[in-house]
Amino acid sequence: MNSLPLDRRNLLAASGALLVTGFPAIIRPASADGLAPTPTMRGGANNYIKGAPIVERIGNGGFWMSGTVRRAGDGAPLEGIRIQIWAHTTEGSESDRHSHGATLTDAKGVFRLEMPQIVPAFGQAHGHLAYDSGKFDTVFLRPLMASSKDKSLEAHFVLKPV
Amino acid sequence: MVGALITVPIVAAAASPLLAYRSIAYIAAGFAGVVALGLVFAQPLLMSGALPGLSAYRARRLHRYTGVGLVAAVVVHVGGLWLTSAPDVIDALTFTSPTPFSPWGVVAMWAVFASALLVALRRRLALRPKVWRAMHVLFAVVIVTGGVVHSLLIEGTMETWSKAALCAAVVVAALVALRRIVARNG
Repeated sequence: MNSLPLDRRNLLAASGALLVTGFPAIIRPASADGLAPTPTMRGGANNYIKGAPIVERIGNGGFWMSGTVRRAGDGAPLEGIRIQIWAHTTEGSESDRHSHGATLTDAKGVFRLEMPQIVPAFGQAHGHLAYDSGKFDTVFLRPLMASSKDKSLEAHFVLKPV
Repeated sequence: MVGALITVPIVAAAASPLLAYRSIAYIAAGFAGVVALGLVFAQPLLMSGALPGLSAYRARRLHRYTGVGLVAAVVVHVGGLWLTSAPDVIDALTFTSPTPFSPWGVVAMWAVFASALLVALRRRLALRPKVWRAMHVLFAVVIVTGGVVHSLLIEGTMETWSKAALCAAVVVAALVALRRIVARNG
């Protein structure tokens, strides 16, 4: 029988090798696959209404929500992705249907939708965005405005294919 | 002075531009929060004998009424927020909210309810007075700390400076009362 002698030196060497090569791959699986998918944020899905229509702009506008959508792994920009946007604004609360709208990304994976000015609600000035079209894992975002006087807000998606 | 510290924040909140974009329930919830903070300021003042011209008996009775008012204000606050956006309130109550001020408010809310129960069940609990008082004071400390941090972290209808002044007053009043209670009872 040809067995590996398990003495102190071999054990130390094996543990060392595992520490160097094995653990980082376990702790950071994303590094092996490239760009990691964006996780859903806490409270991101609050007051979501499924199937908001694609619109030129929400209400009377004056505020810009923009961002990018890329594919997890290789980071390729994704075109024609439907992003839904809603917030508490000067024209209505989050749960009002008219506060919701959707837009599509262009060839560079960029989306941009004009909407009414976001005002602080539930203690923070924030917006809501959703990707929920099925081809990729669903993601809900809840970005915060640095100042409630800002006239724009950005949010970026990295989506994982289903 | 005491009256101004309580009423100025309410008047200032009434002038908030945010009110124009809120429903009646949301507006009521906001004001109930402001009123609650004012009542939390009044409570230690009433029990530390800091208000001149008020007998100990009347002060204690007022303290009890104010406590009932505080419970009502908290119920209106949370109820109004529930009507405005139930999912956000559920997140707060389950400690899964993205907003850092929520857990402070929720813990303070439970301390208000616990404190009120302690008062209501005083006879039935038959605790030694010293133990009962220690528990009541402990809840009060949690209410003051939680309530003050909760309101300071919120960007809402309260005007910044009147809110800061009231929060500072709440803390000072609580500390003075705490000192007197310790001096009186050891």
